[in-house]
Amino acid sequence: MSRPCFETRDLSKVYGSGSNAVHALRGVDLVAPEGELVVLLGPSGSGKSTLLNILGGLDRAFSGEAYFRDMALHSASDRELTRFRRDHVGFVFQFYNLMPSLTARENVELVTEVAPDPMPADEALGLVGLDKRVDHFPAQLSGGEQQRVAIARAIAKRPQVLLCDEPTGALDSATGVKVLEALREVNAALNATTFIITHNASVADMADRVIVFGDGQIRENRVNAVKKQPSEIVW
Amino acid sequence: MVRRRLFSVLDAKLRRDFFAMRGQAIAIGLVIAAGVAIQLVMGGMLQSLTETRDAYYERTRFADIWAPAVRAPNALIEDLRDIEGVAAVETRITAPVLFDMPSMEEPPTGLIYSLPRGPASVNDIHMLQGERPDAAHRNEVVALESFAVAHGLEIGDTLDVTIRGKRERLTITGLALSPEYVYAIAPGQLVPDPRLFGVLWMDRQALETAADQDGAFNEATLRLGRGAEADAVRAAVDRVLEPYGGVGAYTRREQVSDAFVSAEIEQLQTMGNILPPIFLAVAAFLVNVVITRLIAVEREQIGLLKAFGYTALQVSVHYLKLVGLIAALGVAMGFGSGLRLGHAMAVMYTEYYNFPFLIFSVPPSVYAVGVLVTLIAVGGGAIWSVSRAARLDPAVAMRPPPPPDYSRAAGAAIVAAPGLDQQTRMILRQILRWPTRTALTVAGIAASGATLVMSLFFTDSMEVMVERYFDISNRQDVSVYFVEARSMGAFHELRSREGVLEAEPFRSASARLQFQNREVLQPLTGVPELPLLSRMISASGEATTAPPGGLVLSLDLAQRLGVTAGDTITAQITEGARPTLQLPVVATPTVLVGSGAQMRLQDLNAALGEARVVSGAHLRVDPDHVNDIYLELKAAPLVGAVQLQSLAKANFSETLDRAMGSAVMIYTLFAGMIAVGVIYNALRVSMAERERELASLRVLGFSRGDVSYILLGEAGFLTLAAIPLGLLAGVGMAWGISLAMSTDYYRLPFVIFAETYGYAVLVLVLITLASGLVVRRRIDTLDLVAVLKTRE
Repeated sequence: MSRPCFETRDLSKVYGSGSNAVHALRGVDLVAPEGELVVLLGPSGSGKSTLLNILGGLDRAFSGEAYFRDMALHSASDRELTRFRRDHVGFVFQFYNLMPSLTARENVELVTEVAPDPMPADEALGLVGLDKRVDHFPAQLSGGEQQRVAIARAIAKRPQVLLCDEPTGALDSATGVKVLEALREVNAALNATTFIITHNASVADMADRVIVFGDGQIRENRVNAVKKQPSEIVW
Repeated sequence: MVRRRLFSVLDAKLRRDFFAMRGQAIAIGLVIAAGVAIQLVMGGMLQSLTETRDAYYERTRFADIWAPAVRAPNALIEDLRDIEGVAAVETRITAPVLFDMPSMEEPPTGLIYSLPRGPASVNDIHMLQGERPDAAHRNEVVALESFAVAHGLEIGDTLDVTIRGKRERLTITGLALSPEYVYAIAPGQLVPDPRLFGVLWMDRQALETAADQDGAFNEATLRLGRGAEADAVRAAVDRVLEPYGGVGAYTRREQVSDAFVSAEIEQLQTMGNILPPIFLAVAAFLVNVVITRLIAVEREQIGLLKAFGYTALQVSVHYLKLVGLIAALGVAMGFGSGLRLGHAMAVMYTEYYNFPFLIFSVPPSVYAVGVLVTLIAVGGGAIWSVSRAARLDPAVAMRPPPPPDYSRAAGAAIVAAPGLDQQTRMILRQILRWPTRTALTVAGIAASGATLVMSLFFTDSMEVMVERYFDISNRQDVSVYFVEARSMGAFHELRSREGVLEAEPFRSASARLQFQNREVLQPLTGVPELPLLSRMISASGEATTAPPGGLVLSLDLAQRLGVTAGDTITAQITEGARPTLQLPVVATPTVLVGSGAQMRLQDLNAALGEARVVSGAHLRVDPDHVNDIYLELKAAPLVGAVQLQSLAKANFSETLDRAMGSAVMIYTLFAGMIAVGVIYNALRVSMAERERELASLRVLGFSRGDVSYILLGEAGFLTLAAIPLGLLAGVGMAWGISLAMSTDYYRLPFVIFAETYGYAVLVLVLITLASGLVVRRRIDTLDLVAVLKTRE
C-alpha cells in the first residue's frame, strides 16, 4: 500500500505554558490520501488553522508525529521546512498576502523563479481567469482578483499540496464561487492534495472528505459520496 | 473626571508606545543629542572664551596699541598722552632673552619686559604666586607661569639668561600671567611650547641697566578712550616715535596672542553655525519618518479614538507628546554629553591658552536655544503627519487601508525591465515608490559621509601643511637670528663651522606695506637669488623667487592689501634710515603657514642703504653636529635666538595630533550617530511596513537569507547611492572649511587623501551592516502564522 500524502499520529499543540497554556490540538490522528480535496470545518479556535500550519511546515507540533509522504515534518529543521514549502506546498490565505510592489505576473514569477518544475506565470494566471490583468498591481485589482492571483501563485509551481486558509473569507459570494471553482480545477488538473479551511459549511459539499474540528480534536471525519460543483453551492 | 481618566489611559498607551519603539527613539535621540551637544559645546565655549577674554583684558588693562621704538626718552610719554583718544600710556623696556637651561639641549628663547613700580596702567600682569620684583634687588624677576611650570621652576630658583649679549643670573620672585601671552608663542613658532618660550618681567630700573636703556624706553603701550579712532591714534603715535626709531605701531589685530584667541573664537562660531543645523535637520527628518509610520500603523486606533469622541486636538497632543518624549531624551543626552565634552574641551584649552581661569559655563540662553531649536526641528518633522492623523475621518480610518499603489511610482517602467529577479524589483519599486523618503534617507546618510570626510580632511590638510612647511619650504635644521644685522663675515663664520652642510643668509627689515588705503605690518625678507633652504612655495609646490627689484608677496598679504601681481606697493621701512620703497609685486603664491614678503638680499641691502649685512642664517647641519653647533651658538654673544627645526616640527605635529585627534574622533562619532540614526530607522520602518510581505515570502518557501536580502538590500542600495553624494558633499564642505578656517597664520590646503574617502565609505558600510544585523534578528523571529492571520 502506498503512503498517504499526509499522516498524523496523536498530534498535539500547546501555546503558552502553565495556567496560560492553550491546547490548540489534542491528539489528532489523520490520514489524507494523495489528490483528495479536504474541507476543514469548525468554530474559531478549534484547531483547523493550527493543523494546516503544521501540515504546511509553518509551525511545529508540541508532540506527536506528522508526515508528508516519507518526510517527518515534526523533526525537520527550519531549512528543511523552508525547502518543503518552496518545493511542494502552495498556500492561499484569507488576506491574499500579495506583494503590493509586484504586478500580478511578477507575484507569480516570484514563486516560479525558485520552483523546480513551474508552469509559465501567464498559464497559471490563465487557469484562474486573469490572463487579461497580468500587468496590474494589487492596488489595481479587486479582492476576488487579488485572491485569484494568490491562487495562481500557489499553483504555478505545480504543488503536490494546496493549503487554503479561509480563501473566500474576505469575498462576496459570487467572487467566492469563482475562487472555489479555480481551486477545484487546480485540484483536478494537478492532482494536488488540497485542504480548504472555511466557516461556510456548505462549501463542504464540494469536498472529497470533510473534517469537523472541535476543541482541538477531530469530531467528525466523513467522505462525501456525491460532490457538488462550486456553482451549485448555496452560500 | 471622565476626561481626566481617559487622558491617563492615553498616557499609558504613550508610555508603552515609547517603550516599544525605544530602539528607534534612542537612535533619533542620539542624532538630536549630537546636534544639541555640539551647540552646547560651541555656544558654551564661545561664551566662556569671549567672556573670560573680555574680563581678563579689562582687569589687566590690555593695550589697544603697541608702539616699538629703538630708544625714546622717557619724557616722550607726555607727548603720547596728549594724543587725542589716548586713555592711558605705559612705556617700557623689552629685550630678547636667551635662556640657558642646563637640562635642555634646545635653546628656549623669550622676552623680558620692564615693570613699573605698582600696577601698570596698560598691560598689567596677573600675579599667581609670589611678589613683584623688589626695586632694591636688581636681579629679581617674575616669570611667565607656563614657562616656569614646564621647567619645574619655583619661587626662589635662579635662571641664567643672556640679555643683549650679557649673561645674567636672575632670581624668580613670582609667577604671573599676562594678557599679552594668553597664547604664548615664540616669534616664528607654529604652536606654543611652554618649554621653548619664556617671558620675564623685571624692575624698570634694573632692566634699564641690563638692556642699556637708561632713561629711555623702547616700547609704548596705549589704551584708547571710548570711541577713539585706532588708525588715527596709531598714525599720531608713529609721528611721535619716528625720530626715535619707531618701527611702526600696531593694533590688537597684529598682536599675536590676541589674534590667535580671536581666530579661535571665530572658528568656534563658524563650526557652531555649520554643524548643529545639520544634525537637527536630520533629526527632524527621522522624527517625520518614524511618526508617519507609527501613525500609519495606528490608523484604526486613531479612527476608534475619534469615533469615541476624542477631538483632533487631543489626538494631535497625544502624538506630539510622544515626539516630545523623544526630543526630551535627545536633549537630555545632548546636555549631558555636551557638558562633559565642554569641560574636557575647557581643560584642553587651558593647555594652550593661559587664562587665569577658564570655566566652561553654559549661559541659560544656549540651553534655551538648544531646547527651542530641537522642539522646532522635531515638531516640524512631526507636525505634518500628526495633523493628517488628526484630520482622519473615523469611518475611513477604521477601514483597512488599500494596498499601496505601485503602478504610478516614478520609474516603474525602468524597473519592469526583464532580467531583474523579483526580489530586486521589490527593492527598487519600494525605493521609487516613496521618492521623498528615499531622497531624505539618502541625504541623511550622505550628510553623515560628508561630515566624516570633512572631519578627516582636517588631518589630511594638516599633514600636508606640516610636510610643505617643514620638508619643502623650510629645509633648514637650525635657524640663527642675530641680535642685530651683521656683516657677511658673521655669516661666513657660521657657514665655515664644522658640520654645517649648507648655509643661507637672510636679511629681515621691519616694514609697513601699503597699497591705496590699506596697510599691513610685515617685515621684508631679503634672500639669496635662489634660496634652497627657506623658500616660499606656491600651492602647486614650486619655489617662487623674486627677480631683481621685484617683490614676492604671499597671497594672504596680497589679499589683505588688495593687490595682485603687477601692482606696485609702497613699503615704508621702519628701521635704519627708514626709506620708502616702491616695489612691484611679481608673484603672490599661496603659502600655507605664516606670511611672507620676499625680495633679493642685495636689493634689500641696497634699498636700506647698507653694505651686505644679514639678520641671520638658515643652516643645514650634519646630524652628528647639531648639538655641538647649538651649544656653540647658544654661548655666542651676538646671537639673539637659535631655532631647531626638528623640535619645531615635532612640537607642531604633536600639538596637531592632540588637538585634531580628539576633534576628529568627536566628529567621527557624531557622523556615526547620524548614520546609525538614519540607517537603523530606515530599516526599522521598512521592516515594520513589510513585515507581512516578508513573512509571506518565508511562507512561500523563501529562506531567511532571501528575505533579508529584500530588507537589507534596500538599505544597501540607499547607502550605495548615498556614498558618492556624501563624498562629493564632503569635498564641498572641506573646501568651504579650508576657506572659512584659514587664519592670518595658516591656510588649510584643500587636500583630501584617498584613505579619507575609503575610511568614510568603510564607516558607512559597517554601520549599514551592523544596523542590518540588528534588524535581521527580527526577521529570524518573524511569527509566520500570526502575520498571515491579521490584516496589518
